[in-house]
Amino acid sequence: MTPDVPIPPLNPFAMFPFSSQLLDARAVVLLVAMLVVLAILAVVGQVLRRRPESAIDPDIIRTFNNRVSAWLMIAAILTVTMTMQRWVTVAFFGILSFWALREFIAMTPTRRADHRTLLWVLLFFAPFQYVMVGLGLEWYGLYTVLIPVYCSLFIPARIAFTGDTKRFLERTAKIQFGLLICVYALSHAPALLYQNYQQWNGATDRMEPWSGKPAGLLLFLIVIVLFSDAMHYAWDRLFGKHVIAESVNPTRTWEGLLGAAVMAAIAGMLLQLLVNVTPFTWYGAGLMALLISVMGSSGNMTIAAIKRDRGVKEHGTLVQGHAGMLDRIDSVCFAAPIFFHVTRYFLVGQQQPPDTPPATGMLENFLHLPWMG
Amino acid sequence: MKQISIPILVGLAKFFSGATLRWVDCGPDKCQRVYFANHTSHLDALVLWASLPRHLRQLTRPVAARDYWTGGPVRRYVSSLFNVLLIDRENVRAHSSPIDQMIREIGTTYSLIVFPEGGRSPDGELGEFKSGLYYLGKKRPDLELMPVYIDNLNRVMPKGEVLPIPLLSCITVGPPIWLEAGEGKNDFLQRARQKVLDLRET
Repeated sequence: MTPDVPIPPLNPFAMFPFSSQLLDARAVVLLVAMLVVLAILAVVGQVLRRRPESAIDPDIIRTFNNRVSAWLMIAAILTVTMTMQRWVTVAFFGILSFWALREFIAMTPTRRADHRTLLWVLLFFAPFQYVMVGLGLEWYGLYTVLIPVYCSLFIPARIAFTGDTKRFLERTAKIQFGLLICVYALSHAPALLYQNYQQWNGATDRMEPWSGKPAGLLLFLIVIVLFSDAMHYAWDRLFGKHVIAESVNPTRTWEGLLGAAVMAAIAGMLLQLLVNVTPFTWYGAGLMALLISVMGSSGNMTIAAIKRDRGVKEHGTLVQGHAGMLDRIDSVCFAAPIFFHVTRYFLVGQQQPPDTPPATGMLENFLHLPWMG
Repeated sequence: MKQISIPILVGLAKFFSGATLRWVDCGPDKCQRVYFANHTSHLDALVLWASLPRHLRQLTRPVAARDYWTGGPVRRYVSSLFNVLLIDRENVRAHSSPIDQMIREIGTTYSLIVFPEGGRSPDGELGEFKSGLYYLGKKRPDLELMPVYIDNLNRVMPKGEVLPIPLLSCITVGPPIWLEAGEGKNDFLQRARQKVLDLRET
């Protein structure tokens, strides 16, 4: 550590107050629009539910209402957390992850010998992943490898140490997959808030630091995923002919997949042209939305396949009474890491912006030990 | 003190078990009942009790083994919070058999939670029932005997583990049964056991 960088005094009050770290006027517009649309859909759903003589299948209305109310809740909490410091949003995604992971593990049976492994996964690795995301960019190197590398070595080893070899690979894969999808993949969504983005400036033909606030990218991801899910459903109903995989989900069709992708791309372009919440160009935003939509559909199919394999369609008795979190966030889980890395590849510069102080190790920030000078 | 610690205990039990309580062909009611359930985890009594609605919780006492719940200050404190009726598994004497003790303790207000297998099954399968349930039904024919199936709690805290992992579980309560006139002990116990097993499928 260089001696001329003073250690800032620890100020506990700096942790909490509301801050405008994340939101700017453009992001607020998008956030409010999302809340309003969801609220309108929720009201429509309630009206339909109260009208038993309507021609729509009550099962569909119930599914619709469940989804809309879950997302209205998530959007409302996000609205609050985004007015605070970044780590609050990270913590909120951590809770969603934890919720989805316990649902996943409850759904896929493991053996008694896996108890200690699950304890490590649920109480250490999952929270630690989010702590690292919350600590910021300096930890990027560790949080991108912790679960795919270290955990994937730790889990089979820990199970091997118990001596129970029955269905060994299957148990290992279940735990590892749950952790990858529910925790690792989803943690890339709040990690979007920590990058220093650049934007292409057409006038000078150079990349320049982006002036917007990072919440815009996270909101763009969520809005496009939700919109694409809705479009998928609508196109399945209206134009669906060729079912993708009957045994996984008999209502999902190729027409729906393509329709959703095209509609999402158009929505992404319009969003960028009208609200300008991301550092993408208008066609870049369209391509990103296309990618998000395809990944979201893949996520939906994957989780549906797992559920089919386990013999649960919408909810098992175990998940009953809980929101069915995995169902709600599966598309975001699949879209988040790809969106994160493609954005990072194109729009995050290698060099630090000039005003950031040189990075110091976390340990030195917390403990100032004598031998550190 | 208890005003604070009971909600905390209930909250913790609900968080770690992720329990959903389902009433099948019956509902929560204040009348005197005996909930009899399969036993796969030390958490069973606590979680079943914590999942009941608040007004029933105050009227329901789980029956649990004295040797487990008096082992150490933490367990003793927790057991005092959820109003456990502690029963000696060893040295049962003629004049204070566990059944007499239960009947004396519940009076005309309380309900009971019992685990008729007598102990936790190691593999999660439902063992044979001991005769206590039969004698309860015989001496107090007015009690509603409610079968309960507890699913997945053995994964939250299996036998031999100390720390629970937060998963999801499901508790299913079925419609009450009573001891039929002239029904033999073994017949009744078999029927009661089958009722619990049936709930697994619903």
